[in-house]
Amino acid sequence: MTTETKPQVETRKPVEYTDARLNANAPAGPLEQKWSKHKFEMKLVNPANRRKHTIIVVGTGLAGGAAAATLGEQGYNVKAFCYQDSARRAHSIAAQGGINAAKNYRNDGDSVQRLFYDTIKGGDFRAREANVYRLAELSVNIIDQCVSQGVPFAREYSGYLDNRSFGGAQVSRTFYARGQTGQQLLLGAYSALSRQVAAGTVQLNERTEMLDIIIIDGRARGIVTRDMVTGEIESHLGDAVILATGGYSNVYYLSTNAMGCNVTAAWRAHKRGAFFANPCYTQIHPTCIPVSGDHQSKLTLMSESLRNDGRVWVPKEKGDARSPDKVPEEERDYFLERRYPSYGNLAPRDIASRAAKMVCDAGQGVGPGGLGVYLDFSAAMKRLGENTVRARYGNLFDMYERITGENPYKVPMRIYPAVHYTMGGLWVDYNLMSTIPGMFVGGEANFSDHGANRLGASALMQGLADGYFVLPSTIGNYVATGGYSQVDSSHPAVAEAVNAVKDRIQKFLTINGTRTVDSFHRELGNIMWEYCGMSRTEEGLKKALTLLPALREKFWSDVRVLGSGNELNQELEKAGRVADFIELGELMVRDALERGESCGGHFREESQTEEGEALRNDDEYCYVAAWEHFGDPSQAVLHREQLQFESIKLATRSYK
Amino acid sequence: MKITINVWRQKGAQASGRLVKYQVDHVSPDMSFLEMLDILNQQLISKNEEPVAFDHDCREGICGSCGVMINGLAHGGQLATTTCQLHMRSFKDGDEITVEPWRAKAFPVIKDLVVDRGAFDKIIQSGGYISAGTGSAPDANSTPIAKENADLSFDAAQCIGCGACVAACPNASAMLFTSAKIAHLGLLPQGQPERKSRVLNMVATMDAAGFGGCTNIGECSAACPKEIGLHFIGRLNRDLLSATIAGGSSVD
Ligand SMILES: Cc1cc2nc3c(=O)[nH]c(=O)nc-3n(C[C@H](O)[C@H](O)[C@H](O)COP(=O)(O)OP(=O)(O)OC[C@H]3O[C@@H](n4cnc5c(N)ncnc54)[C@H](O)[C@@H]3O)c2cc1C
Ligand code: SF4
Ligand code: FES
Repeated sequence: MTTETKPQVETRKPVEYTDARLNANAPAGPLEQKWSKHKFEMKLVNPANRRKHTIIVVGTGLAGGAAAATLGEQGYNVKAFCYQDSARRAHSIAAQGGINAAKNYRNDGDSVQRLFYDTIKGGDFRAREANVYRLAELSVNIIDQCVSQGVPFAREYSGYLDNRSFGGAQVSRTFYARGQTGQQLLLGAYSALSRQVAAGTVQLNERTEMLDIIIIDGRARGIVTRDMVTGEIESHLGDAVILATGGYSNVYYLSTNAMGCNVTAAWRAHKRGAFFANPCYTQIHPTCIPVSGDHQSKLTLMSESLRNDGRVWVPKEKGDARSPDKVPEEERDYFLERRYPSYGNLAPRDIASRAAKMVCDAGQGVGPGGLGVYLDFSAAMKRLGENTVRARYGNLFDMYERITGENPYKVPMRIYPAVHYTMGGLWVDYNLMSTIPGMFVGGEANFSDHGANRLGASALMQGLADGYFVLPSTIGNYVATGGYSQVDSSHPAVAEAVNAVKDRIQKFLTINGTRTVDSFHRELGNIMWEYCGMSRTEEGLKKALTLLPALREKFWSDVRVLGSGNELNQELEKAGRVADFIELGELMVRDALERGESCGGHFREESQTEEGEALRNDDEYCYVAAWEHFGDPSQAVLHREQLQFESIKLATRSYK
Repeated sequence: MKITINVWRQKGAQASGRLVKYQVDHVSPDMSFLEMLDILNQQLISKNEEPVAFDHDCREGICGSCGVMINGLAHGGQLATTTCQLHMRSFKDGDEITVEPWRAKAFPVIKDLVVDRGAFDKIIQSGGYISAGTGSAPDANSTPIAKENADLSFDAAQCIGCGACVAACPNASAMLFTSAKIAHLGLLPQGQPERKSRVLNMVATMDAAGFGGCTNIGECSAACPKEIGLHFIGRLNRDLLSATIAGGSSVD
């Protein structure tokens, strides 16, 4: 790869940061040997003793479900929690497109090294090498594990596993199960979990929301939960706590995440001392169904896999209102193919989204409000026939038609970018342990592997790598190393956390204001999308920093939550989540303001090349931003983990 | 459009419930059914009335959280569509719609439209898995699987556990749900070793949970948003028969 673009900003002296609180604990030695060496050096817990140790796992998505099942299988006493009525409904269920693995079954030049490289480059050189290498290594075991559990991946006529391509890669390494890969992987983890429930090693607590974490002698020792049916507030104690509670895209109100996805568990942990890393790194997915009106409650993703065969275009002419079939070929702008000839329609997400925004901002957008671009399958239909297209994408086409009332076999889909994934999350070291000893974080909830932009089909891979393989090893090491004492619920820290939760709930129920929780959530979403969305400026971010504290104050004085705390009360649940989102929003904006470069999903208008591509500034910003909480987000203190690139050379990320 | 809806309101599991009539104005045809309920709830809150509780999460037809009886039909009766994917364009201005929770002994009402489907999890826990310990798996391509079997297995594996089959069945039977899991795993080579104990245990758990018997009415499959076929029930019955003949018992 080449460096075509020269930095336009003045480069200052490279800065190297060191922060004693942010030791990545990556083992020494060559990259390829780090994980096996670490596994050998980690301490083990005698199988007979494992059941004496309780591990609390919050979340039953791919990360939490896999971790709970595996720890249960190993013999630990596991307590797992989720807010849905069944562990099988975690939001991982909604992932469509696929999961990456460096199996090289196609013999097309893939390898662990290449997946590692693609992921680091895809993340715009803002992820930690050691973690990403391990992820690439473990990817191959994941597929084996899932197949042995009965995950029905797509197969070829030969009976062997099929693959497809995803954005940001030039090899075919994505395994898939029609358009429901996440569902099938999650049902695999859920079945493994169910087996452990039956075996008595895992106690599953559904419809139970974690509302605080209990810290004793500086270590995470338990959580406080609310039973969402009875309202009972309870404490649960253990040796270690795993948070696998997913991402925080819903801070934008409209996103592709499920309605209940929230930051509460991570935010409560942050307020108790866990550093929050890179909160401003969010991923805007290029292919979502555009907003249809003010009633919109969520956005629906159309899988990236569609870009394998769909071509993205807009009319060349501004404000061209002709129906798409009336626009002749030469009057169409296939802007991704034009700007990124070597990756074309498979340019990575951040790049494809920004390109769509640019053409829409320039007035070439289609559909209501000009906020849409076409994703056109007519060429594929001619080349492959309608049946092949139906076999590949049938369920996605049906979904599109159900939502929009338009038939994509006849007219091109209309798509627009939407918030989809959050690369930021709680800071963790190589062992996936946060800055609170004993509190581990897996899956989308941590910041670990995707840098400033995640490649398609890599979140499922990361969730399962964390859950099946990493956490079960590193938790064992933590427990075996010991050094902590027995605790019981009479400890004052328990009562303190329980009372804090009860007080907060009481507060929500007694404000008796005039506005609904949703109205605040929408207002928050508008602020975040406007000032901390696809493109960000110093001026806009500073504006948001005046709007958000005002919103927070209004929320706490004017929200209306009816009903009581002793029953199923969905407004109360939402109120707690929105309160946390408002605070998180402020931290995201601060982080975005502080990061004066553009990288991956974080685009600062002040830092771009002449062609409008993101301009990174490695001299000043080659670090992980990890925020420590003090009172409220405006007081949070920034710590920096310097990123060291030993195996890969920092380079301009180009997909031209 | 203007819609009148009669919603089942029930304060809690022990309370008695009743239908309450509400008027929702400004309904757009592009709204989903749940977005219409959102609007109703915002309206209720502004009048200081408690909003209607209903289960939902992904709103994409995949998590299986949502599900209500709409005019007596599970998920509203539209082919292959969950409640969250049903759009108001399938109703007319001035329509009156009745919304009720799933009705089945094994799915007790928790509040308003929310029911407890925990019995489904119990069925899976009793055998809906392949005992493959983490880390013990051979290479994924070491066992090729004929595409037809893999595809058929996938068809069954698509079940989202929503419970519409039970709600639609006059006997409140869970046969379609259970058979989907039996078929998904039974069609794969990896699922063979536990095939007999699986069917015996899952059927025993299903019966104990209070679901009714299957009398081949077929309403389940018609209501199923994932179009799980009735033929899977045939597979379950064959597996059950051969496991019983083989002298299996439901405890292994
Ligand atoms: C529409 C969509 C499509 C996607 N497609 C792909 C794809 O094709 N490939 C890919 O690699 N990635 C994809 N992703 C991303 C990927 O699905 C997610 O990043 C990943 O599944 C997250 O898994 P997780 O285990 O971290 O969290 P989740 O699956 O979100 O699970 C979170 C768990 O935490 C629980 N929880 C949360 N808060 C609390 C609380 N306070 N108390 C108790 N429990 C709590 C929830 O109940 C749930 O069990 C997609 C994402 C979306 C939204
Ligand atoms: S079989 Fe169909 S209706 Fe029954 S739970 Fe599964 S998806 Fe729902
Ligand atoms: S809300 Fe998930 S299936 Fe309807």
